[in-house]
Amino acid sequence: MFGLNKRDTGLIAIVTVLVILAPFILNPFPEGSAMAQFNAGYPDLMQRFVIFGIFAIGFNLLFGLTGYLSFGHAAFLGVGSYGAIWMLKLFSLNVIPSIIMGVIVAGIFALAVGFVSLRRSGIYFSILTLAFAQMSYALAYSVLTPITGGETGLQIKSTDSPLLSNLEPGEIGRASLFGLDMRSSFEIEMGDWLFTFNTGYYLAGIVMILAFYLAIRITRSPFGMMLRAIKSNQQRLNYTGLNARPYTLAVFVISGMYAGLAGGLMVAMDTQVGPERMFWTASGEVVLMTILGGAGTLIGPVLGAGFIKYMENIISKINKGILEQWFAFMPDGIEDLLITLVYPFVGKGWHLTLGLMFMAVVIFLPGGLVEGGQRIGRVFRRRDRKSEHAEADAAKQRNTPAE
Amino acid sequence: MDAILLQILNGLDKGSAYALIALGLTLIFGTLGVVNFAHGALFMIGAFCAVTLSRILTLSHQVVDETRKDFLGNPLQVDVPYVYDWFGEAGGSAIIDWAVPLSILFAIPIMLLIGIIMERGLIRHFYKRPHADQILVTFGLAIVLQEVIKYYYGANPIPTPAPAAFTGSFDFGAALGFDPNTIIYPYWRIIYFAFAALIIGAVFAFLQFTTYGMVVRAGMADRETVQLLGIDIDKRFTMMFGIAAAVAGLAGVMYTPINSPNYHMGMDFLVLSFVVVVVGGMGSLPGAVLAGFLLGILESFASMKEVLELLPGINQIIIYLVAIIILLTRPRGLMGRKGVMEE
Repeated sequence: MFGLNKRDTGLIAIVTVLVILAPFILNPFPEGSAMAQFNAGYPDLMQRFVIFGIFAIGFNLLFGLTGYLSFGHAAFLGVGSYGAIWMLKLFSLNVIPSIIMGVIVAGIFALAVGFVSLRRSGIYFSILTLAFAQMSYALAYSVLTPITGGETGLQIKSTDSPLLSNLEPGEIGRASLFGLDMRSSFEIEMGDWLFTFNTGYYLAGIVMILAFYLAIRITRSPFGMMLRAIKSNQQRLNYTGLNARPYTLAVFVISGMYAGLAGGLMVAMDTQVGPERMFWTASGEVVLMTILGGAGTLIGPVLGAGFIKYMENIISKINKGILEQWFAFMPDGIEDLLITLVYPFVGKGWHLTLGLMFMAVVIFLPGGLVEGGQRIGRVFRRRDRKSEHAEADAAKQRNTPAE
Repeated sequence: MDAILLQILNGLDKGSAYALIALGLTLIFGTLGVVNFAHGALFMIGAFCAVTLSRILTLSHQVVDETRKDFLGNPLQVDVPYVYDWFGEAGGSAIIDWAVPLSILFAIPIMLLIGIIMERGLIRHFYKRPHADQILVTFGLAIVLQEVIKYYYGANPIPTPAPAAFTGSFDFGAALGFDPNTIIYPYWRIIYFAFAALIIGAVFAFLQFTTYGMVVRAGMADRETVQLLGIDIDKRFTMMFGIAAAVAGLAGVMYTPINSPNYHMGMDFLVLSFVVVVVGGMGSLPGAVLAGFLLGILESFASMKEVLELLPGINQIIIYLVAIIILLTRPRGLMGRKGVMEE
């Protein structure tokens, strides 16, 4: 369907269903119960899942396919955000032109950065992209304050009156989709459960499905094949008389546009930007997401983004009181011991857990969560069928890395 | 003239820190071929060695002081550090005052140990993996180390002063025949520069003039042949990793009076140090040192008022800008050797 083979159609169908039903799936625990803090079905978090999913899909197109590790991808997200917010402030409160603007601005910026950075590869490429991103961050923070708002960033203010909207004087504009407020939600109460359906989330969700579809098409196309050839042996490619630069530059720009799309969507959701969005830790985060999920796979980056954002929200919410509640059934001594052991890893210590998890994945599971899933799947399959069949199957899986 | 001299001096202390970290990075890269993203964290741990030692030294017990009374007329309870009991009041306070220089002795074994554990426990398994994996795992390690320090020492910078004897400033202007008070430079920064020069000299001398260093250099040039000669080169390379860690740690220890240590100082320096290494030329020790000082001085020139009026914001981006230009015009960096990290 839509030019996809059976497996990819299945994959995108699963993602679509998950995105549509996310408000139900992510809210498995009734309101007010002890487990309610593990619910992730609130708009803010769901929006972040899909937006960072887009960001990671785009990053993975570059890193997963060509092996070029960019350490400055957040710059494109930031630039896209600035482009988008200016569109909201000056042109129209409709989010569509502003998102398009974000993509275009990020694409142009990526073209400039890529043109320079892609002259080198390996660690030099990483350092060059990092240098560009840090430069953009520093400039956005200081000299470009008239455009970027400096440290405070940009918000929609009561003094803004976009060209295509008729706001009352003093009224603060709200981002909307053809009159549909991005922040509006529709709530369903079912017994103890409360499900929230948010306009912004569904817009971002639809965009993510489209972005995911496009990524599959790119991966499966001759162009995607070319990119994988660059990863496996660029020299051999050169010997056959092919120049890799146009391909890498094209995918770099596409990847930057994905980042700009994510940035534009972020602005559409919360109508604000700050330079910290471009700081190198933000670039590091998308690298973590992609690796954790599984670089070079289709679904991996989305999984990684969702996983990290979910853990970030949930783990950093756990505090001493909650831990005491959990371990209350144990004898006092053991309870205290367990709390002392666990406490450094939760709440403010979330980054410690993230770092450890990340190291564990890089050391033991270089293919990320997807490889973990495949390994488990293989174990079961081997038990089902007899060995020869499974071996052939496993070998086949190993030969098709893009899954 | 005096303004230029002042900027050169100002660039020296930051340049020293860059040079020391970049030296360690290059040492690790040259010997083990590993890109160590956790090197900034080692710098930070060194700084926290100084914090720890000064906390240990000020460990105190309460003593009732009969001569002083609190507002109720009862004898006052006073905190007396243990070192006062052992070395007398004058000796004890001198030791506390000199906590930062003393931390050098404290930090060397700790940093060596941390370096060796890191290499044997983690990095060793990554020699055969792609560079991207090495970057990623050490990046993860850097996050972990940083968070551990944050957990134990908190997120706020911890002021760690230099000994009282070095708190003043030296008037270079008067000494060199310019107007007095034009070039004023804190004593501690002079010491930091001298210390950095000493360490750099020591590392070079160690590599150049000892048999151990000679074998290490031979191993850097051709690891396999050295192994065939029956030398356990892995052991020496591990030692070099420890030494690189110690160099970064010492840079951190001595930097504490200049900037109060906080948990993310390592990351802040790491990004710049990497740029320094790349500018100097991957794998070239003199290149790393040269680029470190050069970029430090350039940075301080860029923050001159006259330059800022001409090119606003240039001080924020000069290092990255120089790196981009150098990488595009001299792909191997200033003193890079052929064939290092070229694919």
